[in-house]
Order: sequence, then C-alpha cells, then structure tokens
Amino acid sequence: MTSAAMSSNPAIIVSALGKQFGDVRAVDQLSFDVQPGEIFGLVGPDGAGKTTTLRMLAGVLTPDSGSATVAGHDIRVDPEGAKRDLSYMPQRFGLYEDLTVDENIRFYADLFGVRRKEREERSAQLLAAAGFAEFRRHLARNLSGGMKQKLGLVCALIHTPRVILLDEPTNGVDPVSRRDFWRILYSLIAQGVAILTSTSYLDEAERCQRVGLLYRGRMLFCDRPEELKRRFPGGVIVVRSPDPERVRTALSGADAALRVLLVGDRVHVFVDDAKRRLGQLRVRLDAAKISYDSIEQVAPSIEDLFVSAVEREPVAESPAKAS
Amino acid sequence: MNQIEPSVVVQNLTKRFGDFVAVDSVSFEARHGEIFGFLGPNGSGKSTTIRILCGLLRLSSGRATVAGIDVARNPEAVRQHIGYMSQKFSLYNDLRVAENLEFFAGMYSVPKNEIPARIAWALKMAGLEGRDQNPTSSLAVGWKQRLALRCAVLHRPPIIFLDEPTSGVDPVSRRQFWDLIHSMVGEGVTVFVTTHYMDEAEYCNRLVMLDRGRIVAMGTPTELKSQHMKGQLLMIECEPLGPALELLQTAPEVLDAAVFGNGIHAVVADAPAMAPKIRELLSARHLGLGRIQQIAPSLEDVFVSLTAARGVSAEVAA
Repeated sequence: MTSAAMSSNPAIIVSALGKQFGDVRAVDQLSFDVQPGEIFGLVGPDGAGKTTTLRMLAGVLTPDSGSATVAGHDIRVDPEGAKRDLSYMPQRFGLYEDLTVDENIRFYADLFGVRRKEREERSAQLLAAAGFAEFRRHLARNLSGGMKQKLGLVCALIHTPRVILLDEPTNGVDPVSRRDFWRILYSLIAQGVAILTSTSYLDEAERCQRVGLLYRGRMLFCDRPEELKRRFPGGVIVVRSPDPERVRTALSGADAALRVLLVGDRVHVFVDDAKRRLGQLRVRLDAAKISYDSIEQVAPSIEDLFVSAVEREPVAESPAKAS
Repeated sequence: MNQIEPSVVVQNLTKRFGDFVAVDSVSFEARHGEIFGFLGPNGSGKSTTIRILCGLLRLSSGRATVAGIDVARNPEAVRQHIGYMSQKFSLYNDLRVAENLEFFAGMYSVPKNEIPARIAWALKMAGLEGRDQNPTSSLAVGWKQRLALRCAVLHRPPIIFLDEPTSGVDPVSRRQFWDLIHSMVGEGVTVFVTTHYMDEAEYCNRLVMLDRGRIVAMGTPTELKSQHMKGQLLMIECEPLGPALELLQTAPEVLDAAVFGNGIHAVVADAPAMAPKIRELLSARHLGLGRIQQIAPSLEDVFVSLTAARGVSAEVAA
C-alpha cells in the first residue's frame, strides 16, 4: 500500500446504518468511520449488533436503511466490488475439516489469488504466530476449538486486502498467540490496511486505536481508549485484603459504594468521587475491624467503563436474544 | 466427606495419545472451597486433564483422586460427585428452560421430592425466575451460560469443573457468571476452571500454568506476578506505535515487546538501566516519546514470559 492510500479517504464509512430483525432493531442509526492504517475495536454485550454490523459491511447481509462504503465501494450498490477489497472472518470460519492445516491455508491463498512467494512468507509468519509449526500436517477436524480459531485467523490473514473485518477473532485463543496476532495486525496497519474487529476481550480493546461501545444497535461511546478512560464518571478504589469476601460484604452496603466487585484477592469499588470516598471506605473497614493490605484509587479499565456504561442504560438487560 | 482432605489430588498424572504426550507427569492439589485456575496455551493439556479428572478419559499413568475417589478405578462414582460444564454448554435448545433443568435433575438422580425445590433455586440463582417456560433457544448467550452452570450443579456436587465456561461471552455477563461462582464457593464448593481471560484468572485463589503438558508455575495470582516474571517490565508511551515496536523487537537488550493500549510493554533484564537507553534509541529515530516507567507485570505478562519460550515471538519479530 502506498502513502497515497494512507492519506486518502476513510477506508470504511458507516452512516445512519440500520437493520431490523422482526421487532428487534439490531443496528440502529449507526455512524462511524475507520481510517486506513487504523484498528477500530467494536465492543458491546451479546446482541448489541456487532456481528450484524460486520456482516453488512462484508456484503453478506443487506442493510434496511442508511449507507456504508468499504474501500470506496458502496455496499448496497456494489457489494461485489467491496468484497474484492476486504477480508472477512466470521465467528465460525469455514475450515475444511478433512484437509490438513497446510492444505486449508493453501486453499485460501489460492482463493484470494495470493502469489506463491508472498504466500510462503506470510504463511510462515502466521504459522509461527499461531504456534502451529508441529501441527501443519494435522487434519483440521483433529484440532482443539482454540486451534481451529487460530487456523481460521491464519487463513483470513493470508492475503493483504485494504480492509479487514474480524468478528471476535481470538475467542478461545491463548494470550501468547493473541499477542502474536496483534503484532501481525499492527504490521498490517503499518502498510495502510484498515481493520475493524469486534472483541469480548477488553484488554484487546485497549490495543485498538479507537474503540466503539455498541449497545442495542447504537454507539454509546467512540473514542481513543485513553480518552474513554479519562471520561469515566467517578472513580475506582481497590482494596487488597487477605479476606476479600468480608471486605465486599462490609462495603456493599456503604452509601459511597455504587458497585462492589470481588476480583481475586482484591475488591473493586466504584464511587462517584474517589478522593472524597477513600477515607469513608477506610473508616467503614476499620469500624468493622476488617484487615486489609492496601486501599487506593486506581485508573479505570475499559472493562470498568463498559460495565458502568451498560448498567447506566435505562433498559434493563433482558434474557432474550436480540440478534 | 472429610473436609481436611484436598478435593482434588493429582500425582504424576500422564496422558499419551500415541507418541504425543498431552499431559506429562503433572502433580497438584486443589483444596476445599478453592477456586483453582488452570491456564496454558491452546493444546497445553488443560482440557485433557479436566476430562481425566471427570472420569471421561483414562489416564496413561500416575494417580488422581477427586472427592477421595480414584478416577482410574471408579470413574462412574466420580461423576456423581462432580459437576462439569464445557464451553459448548450442552443444553437442549429445543427444550424449555424448565425442561432442561428437569432433564439434568433426572440424569444426576436428584431425589424426586427434591426436584421442584432445586429447580426453583436454580431458576432464582440464574436470574430466570418467571422464564421457566421460555424456549432455551431464545436465551442470549450469557443467560444460557448461567442456566448451563445451574444444570451442572443441580445434584449439589462438592466439586465443579468448568472448561472455558466464558469463551466468547461479553464482559458484563462474564462478571455476573463469576458472581455466581463466588456464591457457590461461599457454599463450600470447589471450583476448577480453565480460561484464556487473564482478568478471570485474577479471580482464582490459586493458579497452575501449563505449557506442553507440564506445569511451569503454580501459586496465587500475586505470587505468580511477583515471583515468576522472567525479567523486568517497562511501559513506554510513544507514537506512532508500529515503527517503535519494530525497533524495540530488534534491540538486543529487549527480551520481548508488545503493544498495550497506547504504549508498549518491553521486557528487559534491568529496567532502571534500560529506560534511558530506550529513550535514546527511540529519540534517535524521531519517534514521539511520552513516559517510560517500570511497572509491575500483569498475569498476561507472566503467562507470556513463561510459555513463549518456544521461540515463536522471535520468529515473528524476524
């Protein structure tokens, strides 16, 4: 990809996009864009509309309203043109169970018209990232769930299109491989590729340049991770204790505590104003004679933001599936 | 059952598939009322170990007891004392919520007169009161997952095995799921869980890290972070990240480098000595530089440092 492509228009433009399934608005007046050389992360609860959005952009689902362009192609007018310039990895990637790891990769390389030399370089890099060196001759059907997911990712990344759409690409993939795949994603954006990915790992969201939080088909927030964290309402106080269960019980009833979570040997307390509430919480623990190693304000994570944003929404979570 | 005796005792457990050693002489003990986490790369032997402990797979050598029962000698008896849930949930989608619970109550031989009370309790715990006549297929993933967990513990087993129970589940649902697990632990249940989410690993009382069938570390999350990190960690804020990452990966003093948010985590032998060198290195290339500071490793950093020794990172960087 040339520098001209990097300075050109957004690689993905979504404007007022909508999709309805029966009574459910899966995607509702959604607008955002992704620049060439950017990784944009879509996060949100199950049924928020992440998969529906990606499927519309991939040209496999027709929107009801609004518009979107991918690599300059209007997805309603020219979905086939868009498909030529994008790679889409759905949650269940179509692997051939009766082919080996190597054969699956070769099949997709042929399908995408990847030249031999480029294919060999890229597949060696991807196989190393996946930790697949010793499994190349294994049949896909004999791989574990996490390994199948990794093979799907290898096949989807075997070519270098202008836009890559990934739907929860690293589910069930171990942290070492996830890190290595993120390295590959970073090398792709350095070449000007635009990547839109959904993820349920919020540490991955922190690695995106921008993050959009989807909820009920709408975008609640969209910004750089550090900006999102800066805008976190209130603060988070962490208490470390040999008996975190007792700390949780003691603090759960406190006026100052908006929400109390047990996280391993720590207790996270969401408060409106960390500086002001720190002392109050300390007094409460001392009064209950509960020992703790430390109590301090910490920077909120994207996950803290996600949980608090979704819980502040007026519509309570319902057990029914939205999409 | 004797409360002093550990829930799960594993001694030199080994499982071979042909020439492939999936589990290689593994030993550990899980205590009563403990959340015991099993971490490791894909294919490191986590699920194989769990299947052996659940009596679903025969071990090749070594010994394992679950709730005092020898799993090799008496696998059927083991299954009466445990709950097992895999990432596939194993619910019947075409049954109603209540019918799934009734099915599992029957399968686990819950006494007939106790079934209504247990089902009512399960519905309450799963947050599905009043939804018992809904078709299971209509539930969102997070709710299915909580229903599957309650189905797996209807017979009130003292030990429950969860194999990647939260894979692909959104963060809010995952937190609610862990609230459920904590409440079960409060009732004295031992929880044995595998996960790839390092934030969930933090919820565990103790952790085992497996790599290629072997235990590479064991301890509380705090112990793993303080004792098992190979090298020290620098957090480097810089812009743009891509070129900076490339540069750091090829620097000989940098053992490992990875992107975290808007910065890079670099593993080095001596952080205070390296910080100024890295600043020099990056400034020479005119890369925009913010803070460089030593930070405490996360569980993910430890996991990577313990299991990435297979040379993968080096190959990718090359």
